[in-house]
Order: sequence, then structure tokens, then C-alpha cells
Amino acid sequence: MIEMELQQEFSEKQIWDWLSHVPDPEIPVISVVELGIIRDVEVDNNKVCVKITPTYSGCPATAVIALDIETALLNHGVEKLEIEQNLSPAWTTDWINEAGRKKLLEYGIAPPSTGVSCAGALAIPSGQPISCPQCRSNNTECVSAFGSTPCKAAYRCRSCLEPFDYFKPI
Amino acid sequence: MSVDKTAHDIALHMGDNCLILAQRISEWCGRAPVLEEDIALANIGLDLIGQTTNWYEISGQLSEPKKSPDKLAFHRDERDFKNFLLVEYPNTDYAVTLMKQFLFDTWHLLAVRQLILHSNERVVSVAQKSIKEITYHQNRSTDLVLRLGDGSEESHEKMQLALVKLWRYTGELTERNLWNHEDSSGASTLSESYSSTIDSVLRRATLDMPEKAGMVYGGTKGKHTEHFSFLLAEMQHLPRRYPDAKW
Repeated sequence: MIEMELQQEFSEKQIWDWLSHVPDPEIPVISVVELGIIRDVEVDNNKVCVKITPTYSGCPATAVIALDIETALLNHGVEKLEIEQNLSPAWTTDWINEAGRKKLLEYGIAPPSTGVSCAGALAIPSGQPISCPQCRSNNTECVSAFGSTPCKAAYRCRSCLEPFDYFKPI
Repeated sequence: MSVDKTAHDIALHMGDNCLILAQRISEWCGRAPVLEEDIALANIGLDLIGQTTNWYEISGQLSEPKKSPDKLAFHRDERDFKNFLLVEYPNTDYAVTLMKQFLFDTWHLLAVRQLILHSNERVVSVAQKSIKEITYHQNRSTDLVLRLGDGSEESHEKMQLALVKLWRYTGELTERNLWNHEDSSGASTLSESYSSTIDSVLRRATLDMPEKAGMVYGGTKGKHTEHFSFLLAEMQHLPRRYPDAKW
């Protein structure tokens, strides 16, 4: 009986749940699942395969994320683990889920506009108001499309005068 | 096998362009005229280095024997690099840096737009990954060329001078490309789109298009300008001096 329990297969749901507690190293308020970079989880005979995709081609967090996932799953007793990096389909900010968007906003990062991306193209939205995460004013301006990390743009609120990060859509 | 050879050559050419421009951009790190520009350049350089790695993964695996991206970046000689002469051109001043970026970004975006239709699916996946990043790069450099070209008398003059300095290196960008052997219309389409985009932006920026005469070629065949060996020396000396070093 005890032996059977020990050999019980990890469920995919269980793995997803554990992954939902692995924070993004750059923006630790959201998890790698909320960020939408976990593309698939497969469990076969207790061997776990996690498929992940990078946010930006040169994002330095990519290697750290793979290591954090490995560490988390090892701590939960997963011994046979494979992490597969897939470039295609290319990650889009549309994959950041609702919970993730809410947390970004609370953390002070304006979440990305949706619906800008399709395979092999990007339509940068213009004229769409970006709300200030501090005072919610729409009277904001872009200081630079390139911010503190590859995924963020630098913005400024004209109402409360605070600078803020905007998770730019890609 | 010929498909693989084509994919190898495309990936190497794309990777070499991204790497050498990123190396030039990195020279600005901590030294750009304003903080926002310093950060923008660092981010663009980072995107390009990431794209280099993705391209080199393809060309490295199709090499015989197989090579890692690091091996391709740090352990090849001048003649092995197939990047455009434009991207190795020294930064000299900020106008040259911006104009160079604009002339390259415009080509880069058109190139990956064609490559997303390529027959090799790995080439397609890197092109699709890159295209969204390059859209942001091209937006920024176009915006700055417009603002500074049609800016103060001094900024206009500097941008015009930068354009004159760089113009002879642009012929190579549309001379031919590696991915239209089957369909020769590819090169002419890219060339036409490139000319019309550049023409329209320069016009709006009140800059005069230099004469087409005196174009210089050679980068894609491994024949580089005198600036290139200095760039390679700086980029490669550490991994070459300590080939087993790890960090």
C-alpha cells in the first residue's frame, strides 16, 4: 500500500499548481504561469516535461526562470524533469492572464494593451490611453518605449506627475 | 541538403548582423547623451544579442562539425563574418549611431517579414520571434530621424552629415539576399520597399537623399572595412585568450 502511494504519478494539474507559485525573477509579484510563459506540462511515468517560451529573445531572466522551475519541482519531489525551450509560437503579452494583469497594476506597472499581436506581426496601438497605476488618470505620456527591462516602457503621469512602468504589448 | 545550406547561410548572415550591431551599440553603455537613450540602446542591444543566439543555434547545428553560438561569436576570424559593412561602422557621434540604426532597422524589419515565409521552419520561428522586437526598434529610430532631421539647424546638419557618411554602405543591404534563389522577385521587392521607406522618412525629415554613386560592397563575402578587426579584437580577446574560462 505504502509502495503504491510512493509510486503514484504526479498529475499535470499538480505540476501546474506548483508552477503557479514560481515567481518571475524580474517582477516577483506575478508567477511564471500568470506571465503565460509555461506552454505545456506533460507527465509520463513520473517524468515531467515543462515547455517554456522566452518573453524577449535576449531576456536575461530566461535562464533564471528555467533554474527556478527546476528547483521548485525538485523540492516537490520531481526527480525526472525535462525543461524544453520553444520559440514558436512566439510569446505575446496577450498570454498574461487576468490575475497577472491585476497584480501588475497593484504593483505599480500598467498592464499591456491586448489584441496587438498575431503570428509574425505586431500592431503597436496608438492613441489608446494608458492609465496611471498610481492615480488611474488617463492623462499620461510615453517617455521612452524602452524601460528598466526589455518588456517595459517608461511612462509619466501628467496628473499626479509620477513616473511609472508600462508593460509594453508585444 | 541545399535547403540546409541556405538556412545555414541565412542564419549566419542574420546572426552576424545582429551581433556586430549589438557590439557597436554596447559601446554606448553608460555613455549615451541622455539616460533614456542609454537605456533604449542597452535594451535594443540585448534584443539583438538574443536574436543572435537564436540565429546561431540554427547555423551552429547545421555546421560540420556542430558549433555553439559562443564558438561562432568568439572563435571566428574576420573573413568568416558575413555582416553588412554598415553595422561595423564606428559610432563616431550620436547622429551616426541613430542614422545607422535607422538604415539597419528598416532593412531588418523587411528581411524578417520575408523570412517568416521561408521553407525552413526554424528560420520562420526565429523570424517570427524577432519581428515584434524589431518593430519597436524601427519605430524608435524612425521617430528620432524625423525629430532630429526636422529639428534644429544643428541637429539637421548633423543628421545630414551622418547620412552622407553612411549612404555608400547601404547598397549592400539590397544588392541581393540569400533567401530568394527560388524566387528572384524577393530581392527586388525588398529593394523597392527599402528605397520607398527610406525615401519617405528622409523626405519627412527634410534630409536630402545622397547620390546612388560610390556604393561599397564586401561584407556579405567576408571582406570588411578597416574598422572591423578592431571591433573583433575587443569583442573576442578574452574568450580567445582564455578559451576554457567559464562564468
